[in-house]
Amino acid sequence: MSKVIRLQPALRWETGLAVVVILIVAIGSVASPDFLTGNNLFSLGLSNGEIAIMTLPMTLIIISGEIDLSVASILGMSSALLGFLWARGWPMPAIFVTLAVVGVLAGAINGLLVTRLRLPSLAVTIGTLALYRGVALILLGPNTVSDFPNAYTNLGVNAVPFTGNDMTYSTLIFIVLAIVFGVVLHATPFGRSIYAMGASAEAAQFSGIRVKRIKTILYMVSGFICALAGVLWTFRLNTAVQNNGLGLELSVVAIVLLAGVSIFGGKGSLIGVVLAVLAFAGIQNALLLTNFNQEATGIVTGALLLASVFLPNAGRLLRRLSHS
Amino acid sequence: MEVAGNEPPAQPEAAGAAPVLELRHAAKSFGAVRALIDGSVDLRAGEVHALLGENGAGKSTLVKILAGVHQPDSGTLKVNGADVTLPGPAAAKAAGIAVIYQEPTLFPDLTVAENMFVGRQPHRSASWIKGGRRIDRRAMLREAAAVFKRLGVPLDPARIARGLSIADQQVVEIGKALSLDARVIVMDEPTAALSAAEVERLFEVIRTLKSQGAAVLFISHRLEEVFAICQTVTVMRDGSHVLTSDLAGLTANDLVRAMVGRELAERPPHAAAVTTGEPVLIVERLTREGVFTDISLTVRSGEIVALAGLVGSGRSEVARAVFGIDRYDAGQVAVHGKQLKKASPTSAMAAGIGFVPEDRRQQGLVMDMSVQQNVALASLHDLEKGGLIRASAERAMASDWAARLKIKYGRLTDPVSMLSGGNQQKVVLAKWLGRKPSLLIVDEPTRGIDVGTKAEVHNLLAELAGSGVGILMISSELPEVLGVSDRILVMREGTLVAEFSHAVASEEAVMSAAMGQHDPVSEAVKHDERNDTQNGASR
Amino acid sequence: MRAAIVPSRQQQPERLRQSGLAERVFRIRESGILVVLVVFVAVTTGVQHRFLDVSNIQFVLVDTASFALLALGETMVVISRNVDLSVGSVVGLSAYLSASLFASHPGLPIPVVFLAGLGIGLACGIANGIMVAAGRVPSLVVTLATLYIIRGIDILVVGGNEVDANQLPNAFLDIPKDTVGGIPDIAIAVAVIIAAGAYYLRTYRSGRDLYAIGSNPDAARLAGLPVGRRVFTAFAVSGAIAGVAGVLWSAQYGTINSTAGTGYELQVVSAVVVGGVAIFGGSGSVTGAAIGALLLTTISSALYVLGISSFWDQAIWGLLLLVAIALDQTLTERLTSALRKRRTRHE
Repeated sequence: MSKVIRLQPALRWETGLAVVVILIVAIGSVASPDFLTGNNLFSLGLSNGEIAIMTLPMTLIIISGEIDLSVASILGMSSALLGFLWARGWPMPAIFVTLAVVGVLAGAINGLLVTRLRLPSLAVTIGTLALYRGVALILLGPNTVSDFPNAYTNLGVNAVPFTGNDMTYSTLIFIVLAIVFGVVLHATPFGRSIYAMGASAEAAQFSGIRVKRIKTILYMVSGFICALAGVLWTFRLNTAVQNNGLGLELSVVAIVLLAGVSIFGGKGSLIGVVLAVLAFAGIQNALLLTNFNQEATGIVTGALLLASVFLPNAGRLLRRLSHS
Repeated sequence: MEVAGNEPPAQPEAAGAAPVLELRHAAKSFGAVRALIDGSVDLRAGEVHALLGENGAGKSTLVKILAGVHQPDSGTLKVNGADVTLPGPAAAKAAGIAVIYQEPTLFPDLTVAENMFVGRQPHRSASWIKGGRRIDRRAMLREAAAVFKRLGVPLDPARIARGLSIADQQVVEIGKALSLDARVIVMDEPTAALSAAEVERLFEVIRTLKSQGAAVLFISHRLEEVFAICQTVTVMRDGSHVLTSDLAGLTANDLVRAMVGRELAERPPHAAAVTTGEPVLIVERLTREGVFTDISLTVRSGEIVALAGLVGSGRSEVARAVFGIDRYDAGQVAVHGKQLKKASPTSAMAAGIGFVPEDRRQQGLVMDMSVQQNVALASLHDLEKGGLIRASAERAMASDWAARLKIKYGRLTDPVSMLSGGNQQKVVLAKWLGRKPSLLIVDEPTRGIDVGTKAEVHNLLAELAGSGVGILMISSELPEVLGVSDRILVMREGTLVAEFSHAVASEEAVMSAAMGQHDPVSEAVKHDERNDTQNGASR
Repeated sequence: MRAAIVPSRQQQPERLRQSGLAERVFRIRESGILVVLVVFVAVTTGVQHRFLDVSNIQFVLVDTASFALLALGETMVVISRNVDLSVGSVVGLSAYLSASLFASHPGLPIPVVFLAGLGIGLACGIANGIMVAAGRVPSLVVTLATLYIIRGIDILVVGGNEVDANQLPNAFLDIPKDTVGGIPDIAIAVAVIIAAGAYYLRTYRSGRDLYAIGSNPDAARLAGLPVGRRVFTAFAVSGAIAGVAGVLWSAQYGTINSTAGTGYELQVVSAVVVGGVAIFGGSGSVTGAAIGALLLTTISSALYVLGISSFWDQAIWGLLLLVAIALDQTLTERLTSALRKRRTRHE
């Protein structure tokens, strides 16, 4: 296996992130003795697992120069469909297959609108955000489905066997997927093509890279992963309801941007994303443990997001301000 | 003819008294890079002054200083005899200096008139809101129409700028300059993307500007244009001006020698008696509605076929259709006898076609990626093993080709944007040559490249042909077309209209075919007569 | 050595006609949504006469009022090739603060509360504007961050409380209900503001500058336009408008907690895009955006009146948005190639 990581200036961002994570861990441990306990890590995995998983395909999509704001709606649609079909007596394996297909289809629609019709992905995925959430609404209406069998809800709340009592299924899935996505992005021709098309879609095309095909695949993968996240979410809460995951897309995008992935495409790394996930989860958790209003973690997320775009430009900005 | 060292350039015999603009000994460094060491130029009213020099000679830095984009580290600038400093583009505009860039930057969603008056639209006098001005649309349209009338170009000021040809966009920019009462108009490679007809129209406009007393600075790599439209010339080399003179009495060779510092053969070398082999590419009756019709051509192994014609005749579109970037409606493309799938660059590449596109920066290279990554970009699957890219193989490929093509770079991991234009083009070539193509399509291979690298590229193409590669070369530079190719095909308005072998081709014959004039010989004679009376310079 | 080819006089009329094509296409787009709106209303009324009842029309107009107001602010931002995702949070914050202002000072004159709301929104808008203009940072990221931060502040301020409608003065709660000649007051007020906004964008230099900035930001800088100042102003105005819309929200709904306005920003952006404003800026109008807002509200109302579950609402406006952008893209592409083809024929 060839060396994957080359030390580039970009990696300075990841180093900074690592420092942030260490800081959070330090502050958290000081603020609360429970911070680094297995129990706490477990609940961390529970509350952030689905978001973490969704950041992975989002990273690839943003590096390729696009965006997907419909991720939370695909999660919600998948959850609603799960409840809808279960309430009608479908066997779970059949439901899983259907959800996978629907997720891929939803992603394919995004991909086709962006690549075949050449529509801006920001606008398209705002539209599908509404459309897929709408489908969830139509499926379930005001109802909730909460009678999932223990065998499945356990997947949402129990620890993975043989790992002590600390790892949730969602964390395990995240780790595995992170490794897979990391290798693909950084060491394969597919991943290199993603960077190329993000930096210059035209030049990529002129080099024989099949830009449309790859982008559509990325959206389809995103759809599948979000459908999976929907299943995990539903089982964790043992509730399928139309507003599952409402608003999550912004957290996902925020984490990816925090990771140093450029919103313009062509730059970023998966290690950064993993660190950003840890930072995000850590902050939420630290605030929770210190009885800070957890909802207001939004302020911290927002501030970190701003830092992620201003710090790289800080030098330039200061120079410009001192001239005027 | 004088070669100036550190003295101010001697006064050439030109019409007009004091210069409108005098730049003396301007210098500019960016960090460790000395982009301009000793730049001096005098511009006089009613005179078109050429600025020549290889890439990296400091021309664009000088232009940016005149435009107010950069401030010189040292040197003086006088406009109408008074010292000026230009802290920004607004100051340059206020000083009466306008710069027309190669790629005009218009606002596609605004009308032509709005483009011309952006930021300073004519307003109704009553405006009690500070900073708010109500625009007088009718006055704006009227003034714009008047400007176009002065230029002699019938452009509708009320139309949206979207969809305008580059030539028309330039006219809008020139109109903008005029409406700003610019006395100095700098044109940075204005003809690079124009057809011959558009170039002639531009020259008419320049002559009009001249007769109205403007001072024009004309930058171009095309010596024949310089002789056609300019009266005086400044040559730069390695950051300093080395020659300032009237053009009368100078030959192209004099200019080239001044630019390069060495004698160069006027025509690119042509390998005589090339043995050509089997057909590599056979295109049959290729048609794309509204773009090109019934294109049939063959390229043999070891043969260099040039595709000549005016800009807009459809040549690049044909090439892109052959390579699969664009689609086509009828006909077929076959490589080594096997038909290619439509609109599939993958299929073309698998069959052995390489494609060096027209626009190096947008299409040929990923500017943010490194030299190494760019060279490897079309060969990713060849460099992979077990699904992963082998970094050592990638590095080896890049350094191997960089050595072979003598590419000048700092480190292989430097972003390719740091290289000069000529070296960037070599990186594009390396990318495709690394695939060992049997057919190489090159679109304007030496556009915007300095004379030295140009020669290297031509030699490379001849070498490739010698080793059996078939080459389809699209070019708008007649000396290149005639010098390098074995056969010349001419396209006009989407169809093939003529074919010449190297032996019988002449610039006149190719140009007449490209322009669609029926009697090439007598027309050629008429050309010479008309041109001799128009400008003193001859070719 | 090239032959002189002077463009002949007969080409002139053809070029003039080209401008007509572009203008015509853009006008079609704007009147297009109007047509869709009219057709929609007609069809719905055909099925259910109640739709055109005065009370229902008033209801729709009131609902549209703050929505259209937000569309005005968002349009200014989008035209300059930016986006303001924080408007939902600003509405929420302003709604709660203005409502709680009444709750703690019942005697406050209503205009003062409106001013307070405007002030809050303006402060948020200024913060956005400074960061985007001075920092030269993508507005998507900045306003995403401020969306979070402002919502977080809102949650902190609200605590677990909520303001109940009972705590608000009747005069305030009556604002959405007051009418003049059958037309709701706020609808008229908003219509006037939108007309003013449209006039400004069309006729004032600073308004046209926004279009230039959205059409080609680099060229705008090179041309010496005060890009920073214009973009800053657009965000400040957008924030101020969101602040006022927040006050209207509390007048309309009465009961405010920390979730007020959540998700509203995406609806506003949709209305703007449906209304013909290009997502990448440079073209579109405020009137179009207002009609887009009206169309979306009308559809919700129509669904209600037709007895179709309101759960179909989201899916429909999602579909509508997709159709709108697909249409815009096709129109622009056809237009550009038509303009190019006409040109080459005359070379």
